[in-house]
Amino acid sequence: MSYIPISDKDKKEMLERIGISSVEELFCCIPENIRLKKLLDLPGPLSEPDLREYFEQRGQKNSYNRYLSFLGGGAYNHFIPAVVDYLSSRGEFVSPYTPYQPEVSQGTLQVIFEFQTLICQLTGLDIANASLYDGATGAAEAVLMANRVKSKRRLLVASNLNPQYRQVIYTYTKNLGLEVVEIPYDQAGRIDLKGLEATLNSETSVLLCQSPNYFGVIEDLKTLADLTHEHQALLAVVISEPVSLAWLEAPGKLGADIVTGEAQSFGLPLSYGGPYLGFMACKKEFVRQLPGRIAGQTVDAEGKRGFVLTLSTREQHIRREKATSNICTNQAHCALRATIYLETLGKQGLRKLAWLNLQKAAYALERLTSIPGVKRKFSGPVFNEFVLEFPDDWEKISQKLEEKGILGGLALGSDYPGLKKCALITVTEIHTREKIDTYVQALGEVLR
Amino acid sequence: MINVIREPLIFEISSPGKTAVRLPELDIPEKKDLLSDVPLRENIEGFPEVSETEITRHFTRLSQMNYCVDFGFYPLGSCTMKYNPKVNEKIAGMECFTSGHPLSPEKLVQGNLELMKTLEKLLCEITGMDAVTLQPAAGAHGELTGMMLIRAYHEAHGNPRKYVLIPDSAHGTNPSSAHICGYTVKEIKSNERGTISLEDLAKEMTEEVAALMVTNPNTLGVFESDICEIAAIVHDQGGFVYMDGANLNALAGITRPGEMKVDVLHLNLHKTFSTPHGGGGPGSGPVAVKKILEPYLPVPIIEEKDGRYHLNYNRPQSIGRVKSFYGQFLVMLKALAYILALGPQGLKEMTEVAVLNSNYLRKSLEGIYHLKYDSPTLHECVFSDKFQKDFGVSNLDISKRLLDYGLHPPTMSFPLIVHGALMIEPTETESRRDLDLFIEAMKAIDREARENLELLRTAPHITYVRRLDEVQAARNPILRWEKKD
Repeated sequence: MSYIPISDKDKKEMLERIGISSVEELFCCIPENIRLKKLLDLPGPLSEPDLREYFEQRGQKNSYNRYLSFLGGGAYNHFIPAVVDYLSSRGEFVSPYTPYQPEVSQGTLQVIFEFQTLICQLTGLDIANASLYDGATGAAEAVLMANRVKSKRRLLVASNLNPQYRQVIYTYTKNLGLEVVEIPYDQAGRIDLKGLEATLNSETSVLLCQSPNYFGVIEDLKTLADLTHEHQALLAVVISEPVSLAWLEAPGKLGADIVTGEAQSFGLPLSYGGPYLGFMACKKEFVRQLPGRIAGQTVDAEGKRGFVLTLSTREQHIRREKATSNICTNQAHCALRATIYLETLGKQGLRKLAWLNLQKAAYALERLTSIPGVKRKFSGPVFNEFVLEFPDDWEKISQKLEEKGILGGLALGSDYPGLKKCALITVTEIHTREKIDTYVQALGEVLR
Repeated sequence: MINVIREPLIFEISSPGKTAVRLPELDIPEKKDLLSDVPLRENIEGFPEVSETEITRHFTRLSQMNYCVDFGFYPLGSCTMKYNPKVNEKIAGMECFTSGHPLSPEKLVQGNLELMKTLEKLLCEITGMDAVTLQPAAGAHGELTGMMLIRAYHEAHGNPRKYVLIPDSAHGTNPSSAHICGYTVKEIKSNERGTISLEDLAKEMTEEVAALMVTNPNTLGVFESDICEIAAIVHDQGGFVYMDGANLNALAGITRPGEMKVDVLHLNLHKTFSTPHGGGGPGSGPVAVKKILEPYLPVPIIEEKDGRYHLNYNRPQSIGRVKSFYGQFLVMLKALAYILALGPQGLKEMTEVAVLNSNYLRKSLEGIYHLKYDSPTLHECVFSDKFQKDFGVSNLDISKRLLDYGLHPPTMSFPLIVHGALMIEPTETESRRDLDLFIEAMKAIDREARENLELLRTAPHITYVRRLDEVQAARNPILRWEKKD
């Protein structure tokens, strides 16, 4: 297969028009000594049925589908309405380019405008961009943005921020001479306020924290905002489980200056880690420092409403090395899925979804901690994830649960050496009472 | 497409109490006092409420306002807007791939790891490089990752160096990526052929230069024939050659960056390897390196031993992570499916026909549109509006008029060295009929420029909206819907 609609007859006539006798001649500008002398050593060509069989066979080597999973920690298993797959797979959404020609891209542009609005409504902030790659790069972009706003070289990052997000922040900042300081957590699993106060100073540009944080604990954002603002620093909040935004007070209303995060929960399947969907919102005074594409409303030559990509003087194709970010292609189709998802659930649906997550996690937490030897690790309030402590190393317990067909939770020991006996457990609306009870029973048997 | 229906914003058709999906009821006893000490919201102010019919019509109508590859020719230069094979979507949508949690135990994800490792190997073969990371999310992200690898190497050898050299014909992401990696950009002027001058390069290339970023063929579609000499000049001063692989559709199966002495390059799976652009992503920007840079690749790397696959995080010299998890997994599957469907002969033919189509367009339009550089071109060519400017017509007018012919315009925003650029890349997936439609439209527009200036100045005429006021959008930004009082 080659997906080429040019026949041999076409080729011949086209070569004639060009005035050459073979396709070879078109490559004469490539020096002979670097030309390939033989075909590449690649498998294929495969027919369409063989191609599908090839992937079927590899797919069967994945066995996660046979397990009852309570894994979360930045990637969440939520129900996706059929309408999301159906509408998002339309060729008119799948196969356009970035909407540089707005007159023939109003579909994509209006979707981005609606997406930006939904993100603003959820975060309680004024402005949102069209998307970023994922939550981790969103967190890195947020600290770089805060650094541009404040021109101070010190960045505070919560130690209970998703470890992968912290790693990406280090990768991004280490070449720029920025100092990253980690703030410890307390017994509630929240940012240690004393530690924070001791670290905040006039050289600090931002505190970046996550809520609910990597331990599932909801941070006291109001207090964090007051403290950082006292030191003229910004508060940037990372959201990795955005379903929580439907139930908890919007971070923007509690004083957050920037909210960024991962919106995979909104209609994107787990997909072994990608593609996912980064988002970012901020107060309007920072709009010129916001990275990424932004759609805006305008009018056409007849005065009709239309949408365009705007404020592009922030971007690399205009500003080159002075751009706010190098981002070009982002996650537009993922943002489309999220938009369809959010508008399908709507106000009441998203609220109910959040409530189901909250209730189910509370039920699971209560049942699991009723097993002798299983304790709640942190006392802070949680949404749909929580950390439990077990009488033995989690790796061992996890193994035994796996033998019973259960992925019981994420190990924390490799990122937090003090938490080897702990696991992060995630419960969403997909976990029926029966599934939670199955887990409780299995864990009881394992620990007996 | 019926242009008479104006589709409002979803917020404007919302009415209280509606939802488009039925969620399950709570199957456990409700707890009343949860989160009593946490600030909660009562409502999501302004959030839409619509039925399933309304959702379906809303997005179906919006979709019909979009131009797309499934509909027609998309000659955007440097964007490689080729047809997206449908079987690839089917494969990437298989539940065995979409349902896996990224932190599942390794033994449960052996199929995924095998497929990723296979793609890495095939990309190594296609590029002639030694190792690949699939982690970067898009082309620009790959550029940044590549520059970080270079910086990590230099730092490990005592001096990160200060400068990165970039030709003035480069895409804007190149200087931006170098800057975010902590480097100062020095621009290299193109010569009269539109390529890098060896003399200028030799002058600028010092021991304080970390790397040269080169696009080959460059954004004019011109192959840097001196690439090996260019690489030698850079290497002599201890620098690296970074290649922007955006234009690999001109090379695959014919030559390889590895042979050109390139040290590191990124690939755009959403260009050369046919994965759909999605209206602006997700893309995927794997980075391929020579052995010398391999120790610095992002973690984790995928290793194979006795048919078992393993994620290795223990890489002391690694630059760290550039993204969550392992990259845009489903996009990788589509690219792999594409390579396997083509095979080595098909991949070569892909390149040959892409270059043939481009040269056919160039020959057909030469003389009608101005070609600033007459060097031979590969997969794309860059005309300008110089001839039509005499009649007061700009590349913007030409582009907008093309929309009336049911065609997407070429790239206009770069290369910056061609004023009024019309950068055309047809790819191999256009039929002769579609190429000829474009040629005829371009010729007709040239005639219109002489005969009916106003028609061009006010184009487009038959699109869903007329020419949009981008100045007003930037001057008075309205970036979200807000409820009117």
